[in-house]
Amino acid sequence: MKRRKGTSQSMMTKAGGELDDRFKLAGPTRVLMNKVFPDHWSFLLGEIALFSFVLLLLTGTFLALFFDPSMAHVTYEGSYVPLQGVGMSKAYESTLDISFEVRGGLIMRQMHHWATLLFMASILVHMMRIFFTGAFRAPRETNWLIGILLFWLGFFEGFIGYSLPDDGLSGTGLRIAEGMTESLPFLGPWVSAALFGGQFPGDEVIARFYIIHVFLLPLALLALITIHIGLVFAQKHTQWPGPGRTEHNVVGFRMFPNYVMKQVGFMLVVWGVVAAMAGLFQINPVWLFGPYEASVVSSASQPDFYVMYLDGLIRLFPAWELRIPPYFTLPGVFWPGIVAMGLSVLLPLAYPAIERRFTKDRAHHNLLQRPRDFPARTGVGVMVIVFWVIGVVSGGNDVFAQAFNISLNAMTWAGRIGIVVLPIVAYYLTYRICLGLQQHDREILAHGLETGVLMRDPEGRFYEVHQPLAEPDEHGHTDLEYSGAPVPKKMNRVGALPPAEKGFFKSVESSDDDRRDELEAGR
Amino acid sequence: MSAHNENQPGEPDLNDPKLSRFEVYREGLRRDGIEIIHYEPRFGRPGTGAEKRMERIVGGMFLGAGLFATLFVAAYIFWPWEYEGAATLSDPETWYTPILGITLGLSLLLFAFGVLTWAKKLLPVEELVQDRHDGGSARDDRRIAESTVDTVADDMGLKRRPFLVKAALLGAAPLGLAAVAPLGGLIKDPGDMLTVTGWNAERYNDGNPVRLMLKDGAMVRPDMVSVGGQITVFPAIEAGASNEYPTAPALLIHLREQDAATLRENLYPMYQDVDALWGNFVAYSKICTHVGCPASLYEQQSQRLLCPCHQSQFNVVDNAAPIFGPATRHLPMLPLDVEDGYFIATSDFLVPPGPAYWNRPSLPEEDEQ
Repeated sequence: MKRRKGTSQSMMTKAGGELDDRFKLAGPTRVLMNKVFPDHWSFLLGEIALFSFVLLLLTGTFLALFFDPSMAHVTYEGSYVPLQGVGMSKAYESTLDISFEVRGGLIMRQMHHWATLLFMASILVHMMRIFFTGAFRAPRETNWLIGILLFWLGFFEGFIGYSLPDDGLSGTGLRIAEGMTESLPFLGPWVSAALFGGQFPGDEVIARFYIIHVFLLPLALLALITIHIGLVFAQKHTQWPGPGRTEHNVVGFRMFPNYVMKQVGFMLVVWGVVAAMAGLFQINPVWLFGPYEASVVSSASQPDFYVMYLDGLIRLFPAWELRIPPYFTLPGVFWPGIVAMGLSVLLPLAYPAIERRFTKDRAHHNLLQRPRDFPARTGVGVMVIVFWVIGVVSGGNDVFAQAFNISLNAMTWAGRIGIVVLPIVAYYLTYRICLGLQQHDREILAHGLETGVLMRDPEGRFYEVHQPLAEPDEHGHTDLEYSGAPVPKKMNRVGALPPAEKGFFKSVESSDDDRRDELEAGR
Repeated sequence: MSAHNENQPGEPDLNDPKLSRFEVYREGLRRDGIEIIHYEPRFGRPGTGAEKRMERIVGGMFLGAGLFATLFVAAYIFWPWEYEGAATLSDPETWYTPILGITLGLSLLLFAFGVLTWAKKLLPVEELVQDRHDGGSARDDRRIAESTVDTVADDMGLKRRPFLVKAALLGAAPLGLAAVAPLGGLIKDPGDMLTVTGWNAERYNDGNPVRLMLKDGAMVRPDMVSVGGQITVFPAIEAGASNEYPTAPALLIHLREQDAATLRENLYPMYQDVDALWGNFVAYSKICTHVGCPASLYEQQSQRLLCPCHQSQFNVVDNAAPIFGPATRHLPMLPLDVEDGYFIATSDFLVPPGPAYWNRPSLPEEDEQ
């Protein structure tokens, strides 16, 4: 074999040339590699969802190799002793087999479940970041809509996914979903019969859910995620206000190598955490629940956390059923189940348009807002969070009642009253806090920072020395405009106190040392 | 590329052999609207101790990641993993999943921190600013696009041939319908699936009253439930205790004397008419009238049935009427009798058990609630 000549450098050049001849890549590659990304930790929350999603595809594919989505009746003869001889569906049996008979199956199941929880949690936190900073404003409304849809697709994908094992707990969840379906006016029984192939539970729903879970919804998620990220890329990321940052530029670092390396590292962190959790923390031990039987349930039946607020609303809703005898009933669960869920989809979708109607602001915004600078929006956001948290807590009110020795009925009543009153209180308090924070920012801009140095003037009055942020006028006031960027609130934010020694076990020399010397020398 | 020979000020001549690599690179940035604000090596002098140290740390992390990944694969293959019944902490198979998790997790995390440390501690310190070009296209582009679209529409004659447009729409609509029509295979007439249960003698037992049985198939006799006790009963028909009859399960309660008396006083007329109790025994549908979980937690002291899903509570001594929580209707009573020493259901539930639906027949007894 003839040995190739030339360095690896020249070989790369040659390979690049061959590729460019065929695909004309030089220009796009440069544009891609040079693209500038703004940097802030809060911009990485959505990435957690993306990385969890990739992990879900990987672990889900593994599980699909062993899972049998069939409701055919079998008698369990696997190695888990307490269930031996028990009749169950093949779906449940194969889930038990993944846990007990497949080498490494249990950790894959647990990774899949933990990654789901992380997926949903990170979407929620990411959504909060987008909401509170006004990142959904023009020109990014479309991506907000896609994001909301992604949350709801994930919601149903998750619910359907944990229904697949056909264990006692998930069957109960499915039963509740069926009860909600039945409550639909005029259509309920028909929709339920179509979904379950007749009477609940029937023997078709697992197979139907399976194809939705492994094909339809993942496909929709993948397509929307691709558009979501494509739009972030095309529209360029928003950035926080700060020195040199305007609506018309992006300040940050290059896609390559900086951004991509951080992304890869972050992805591996997410995966590593999920893998470790899956190995160390048990989740959804389906073998403890037994097969689903219509007559069996236990207390502390809770759905996964992202479904829990809905379950909480269903628990809290009073026993109001509309009846027009002899032949019309509107079941109570229609309101907290169907209507509340519908509003949870629609109101967030409509929010950007609603806000624009109030603000009349149609301009494009590429600089983020601090939550305090838009108290009404921040108040609404906190209101929703409080509402949601009360819903989630109420979704587990039997567990809380037992753990803290509270009456169950008292928990329910506290939830009923709380979910009406507390969001309003939260809105008011948030609004006031935002105004207070705004006021404080303006105060510092006008009067300077509190130094903590007390002085006494010749008349005997005490006063605190303030450090102005610019050259003050004769009254000691500075006329600084608030720019939407954080205002320093402590002296060490303006360089008065350099960081203490660095290093965990022993001090490490750092480039800060020169600055420290300068500062200590009295600069 | 003649345009590039007429250099604008500040634009370097890329054919100039003296141009350094960095200058060529910076020209690329310039063409992408990027300006370097700040760009300097992380370490002032290359090859200092601090830099070497950082390289060792990063390299160590990568090697550690490889080590743990190897351990993961080794544990996956060689560690005893097969489940053999309840195990204690000293059995190796107990540790199979934790070891997999720890080794895989550490491997991923070490690699991750290696990459992150490389990015944060070894890459140059940089800050760049790029033009955003927000907003729509240039006016010319818009105008051209508009004309292009209009020309295409005109070529097709969309305006001039309204008949064709309408015909196409009229043709496409049924085609769209045809695409979804096969989903109609899912539609099934619910029929009386929500009203008839396994206790229906005509449908499931050739007209003979259906006996009560336990899950294991044993027929239920009165002496099987002690005073104050309760058991779950199913229709004694083929697969009567299975999910084929999900609305059939009932709770048979042997009430204490005074509780039975209270219940008889409160009994709804429809249950009085069929003499639904047998002695001090009463049977209620186990399926919650809220959304269908089994309302199976029996509080003997307060004579309540509690549904653990949404905490609806039903008063056992008052027709199992709801007294707390979101449920709005009582748990239907199964009319009981005893024949040849065994319990039988004299009829199906008088009202449909389980969650409500829009055309559920509602009875005067319920509307009084």
